[in-house]
Amino acid sequence: MSNATSPVGGPVGGPVGSPVGGAGGNPAAANATSTVNIARIVRVVPRNRNIEAILLLFAIGLNAFELAQIQLAIIEKLTPEFFFYWLPLSFIAVVFHMILRQRASEADSLILPIAVAINGLGLSMIYRLDLHTIANGGADLFGYKQIAWTAVAMAASAAVVIFVPNHLFLRRYTFIAMFVGVGLLLLPSLPFLGKNINGAQLWIALGDFTFQPGEIAKIALTVFFAGYLVNRQDSLASVGRKVFGVQLPRGRELGPILAIWAASLLVLVLQRDLGTSLLYFGLFIVMIYVATGRSIYVVVGLGMAVTGALVASRVMDYVTGRFDSWLNPFKPENYDAVGGSYQLAQGLFGMAHGGILGTGLGGGLPHLVPLAESDFIIAAIGEELGLAGLFALLVLYLLMVSRGIRIGFNHSDDFSRLLAVGLSFVIALQLFIVFGGVTRVVPLTGLTTPLLAAGGSSLLANWVIIGLLLRISNTVKTGPKVIGAVGR
Amino acid sequence: MNRELKRVSVVIFAMFATLFISSSAIQAIYADTLNQDQRNVRSAYDNYKTQRGALLVDGQPIAQSVKSDDVYKYLRKYKTSPMYSAATGFSSVYQGQTGLESALQSYLAGQNSSQFFEQISAVLSGVPAQGASVELTINPKAQKAAWDALGNKKGAVVAIDPMTGNILAWVSKPGFNANDLASHSGEASTEAYNTLLKANGNPLLRKTDNELYAPGSVFKLLVAAAALETGEWQPDSTLSNPPKFKLPATNTYIQNSGEGKCGGAATATIATALRLSCNIPFAQLGIAIGEDTIASQAEKFGFGKTVKTPLVSVASVYPRGMDEAQLGLSSFGQFDVRVTPLQIAMMSAAIANKGTLMKPNLIETVLSSNLATLNKPEPSVYSEPISEATAGKLTEMMVGAVANGVSGNAAIKGVTVAGKTGTAQNGADQPYTLWFTGFAPAENPQVAVAVVVADGGGMGQNGRGNSLAAPVARAVMKAVLGK
Repeated sequence: MSNATSPVGGPVGGPVGSPVGGAGGNPAAANATSTVNIARIVRVVPRNRNIEAILLLFAIGLNAFELAQIQLAIIEKLTPEFFFYWLPLSFIAVVFHMILRQRASEADSLILPIAVAINGLGLSMIYRLDLHTIANGGADLFGYKQIAWTAVAMAASAAVVIFVPNHLFLRRYTFIAMFVGVGLLLLPSLPFLGKNINGAQLWIALGDFTFQPGEIAKIALTVFFAGYLVNRQDSLASVGRKVFGVQLPRGRELGPILAIWAASLLVLVLQRDLGTSLLYFGLFIVMIYVATGRSIYVVVGLGMAVTGALVASRVMDYVTGRFDSWLNPFKPENYDAVGGSYQLAQGLFGMAHGGILGTGLGGGLPHLVPLAESDFIIAAIGEELGLAGLFALLVLYLLMVSRGIRIGFNHSDDFSRLLAVGLSFVIALQLFIVFGGVTRVVPLTGLTTPLLAAGGSSLLANWVIIGLLLRISNTVKTGPKVIGAVGR
Repeated sequence: MNRELKRVSVVIFAMFATLFISSSAIQAIYADTLNQDQRNVRSAYDNYKTQRGALLVDGQPIAQSVKSDDVYKYLRKYKTSPMYSAATGFSSVYQGQTGLESALQSYLAGQNSSQFFEQISAVLSGVPAQGASVELTINPKAQKAAWDALGNKKGAVVAIDPMTGNILAWVSKPGFNANDLASHSGEASTEAYNTLLKANGNPLLRKTDNELYAPGSVFKLLVAAAALETGEWQPDSTLSNPPKFKLPATNTYIQNSGEGKCGGAATATIATALRLSCNIPFAQLGIAIGEDTIASQAEKFGFGKTVKTPLVSVASVYPRGMDEAQLGLSSFGQFDVRVTPLQIAMMSAAIANKGTLMKPNLIETVLSSNLATLNKPEPSVYSEPISEATAGKLTEMMVGAVANGVSGNAAIKGVTVAGKTGTAQNGADQPYTLWFTGFAPAENPQVAVAVVVADGGGMGQNGRGNSLAAPVARAVMKAVLGK
């Protein structure tokens, strides 16, 4: 009967059924007998949800602790505002958990608590920076908006779980997803709608309301890539001419990668954002590689990305500046230049000030770094929670991403696998570009730290990704699978 | 597909590993370098996060941190600046720290190891630790008397309690207003600092113990002490006293100072030479006892070493390898002998305290924010430069100098004052450096004092130690004795 647990067979190309067994926190699986399996299926509330409940309580408690520490450290008393910041996230998280119990009881148990913990930490840090702003008579606050967007984003995420009972239907909208994705991506370039903030043309503005459609575009494009690649898996993987021992793809199969590359460059030129451009291109390379297993795509892709970045660093002034700031952030010319390395250097100073254990929440001076609540929230957390805090945060992200990749390993359906891997990888890559930008691994770009930084569009997009990952993970069957036919 | 997924997983792990490494590099490996970058203002802000302890004189704050509504939370205020500027120094966000603000930094900022338990409770409660307050040994009346008596003249006054080494007055002129430097406006603070750097008389330089002067005749006390310590010389030992004296192996003649022939007799005793401040007998005395004897005596008084009060002094200099002519000149405080006012005060204090020099000290007690005593330096012996007998003889001669000698302006009615003036030449056209050092009452000394008036006290080569420096010392001694 365990064979029958695969509702949708891998339709094309890939291995039929997922061969990896013993997944999903089910140690009994390896020696499971059919009676045990029947019992598992019959059980109404699986162990998953109870683990999630405990972890969720921990995440919510952690958030309460952060907020209390911030209030005590900065305003030296607890005020009812504590509940304003703590209750919405906690309440929606609990409701979300209840919904999962009802509608996706087999979903992954770690993803939601981790997302709540990261979102909560970001919210705490933004509130902490707000308290400093208020104390100094400033009016530029981000906490209220962030709490509102958190509510909206989590509601949207829950809606995905409720109203997308089967994510496979997304595959039907592959090309619609493409148009939506590309459209959203290019929307800010439209003269009457686009808005330039801090040098990047990534926002659209309707009155006071600004939105970064590129964030949503990453979901649409991941859906498109997954659908497109599953359909073309065979033809893309097929062999073209052999040159110097390397088997090139057939010419027309290079079309898509060229198209995506061109689109990425277009984003770079029109919207002046290296980060977004790298994000989509990197996502596509990884997905095409996973779908086809052809390393030539990675080689060609990396070559094109590096060429593109190098040419841009020579030709485009703003990219040149970014590169120079990245390589020499402490050089006085760069440090003092408008739009130079001041922010990057101050971020590094702040992190160094925090040292290994940090200054404690409310004990540091994260406000000295411009945009500490958004682009440089990593530096703010590094300063106040120290290297220890950043390690903990990185481990949370790594766990979350690994849960997503695990779905890719375990799911029986290729579209689901590609989608899960794409959505997880986009979080990992975005974190890498932002975190790496702040810590001088790569040049600084304008992307936001997923789930952590202030910014509504980013929260919304990443929570929708969380919803999709939960939904996909619910259809991974954790029982024993056919052993054999392992991979390629 | 799984092979590819494994590879992608490896790539993701590599990406995270890179981030682990990059953040470790910043927050652990290069953290110190980054924190030391002067563009990283966070350490300066840290200083201001805790309420810095006060500096107190007789229980009254001369430097204290008061609440301010800006990012620094506390503003450093100096109520009696510039009178106390030589002691306090300044603590500025923009110019750093000097004086006691720097020397006592760890106590004032609450970071001293003796404040460990307060630091722990600060970490646990989240309320930053308060700095410790430091009560100084300065006697406010003596300080004010010295400040007022020095008037507009440049110079310094150091008064010491000879029995304990406690510093009673610590004045350097011109002083500066530390409030200007402590300003939280970077522009105002920097402008004040630059103005002070260019100001006449270098107000930022602490003349009590960081400026070296030619001692002139006050150095005769040291030469006399060295001679008496040999046992071969007594106060009534005679030396020839010609009107002019040719320095050995030169064509240079020296004379006694303005007071003419210095007693008028063909010979002079050491006591007379000291009382009337005669140069010629002392030149001969110095040559007779030799450079090594004087050098070893000077060393015992503290020459050649810095002194920590806890302000760090510069070392006074007794030159070595002199020929006889130079030795003769140096024996009445000319040539390359250079001293700090603190050093001269220490010399008088040792004579006053029966030959025992107590370690000079500015710190009375260090009090934690809950008024527990963290540190209370006990009086300690610095050295035993001369015997009690020598001290007694020197005292007697110094009493004579004030009672019926050339140091008469230090006399206080009803008090036996011991003292010695000095008027040092600094070159052909340069104004004199004017000195007085002494102590009172001679029979039971409560205060030893050194006064230097630089730049001739504004009178070029017309001022004398007795006319300009002695009255300042008199005012300080009177203030300490309550006369």
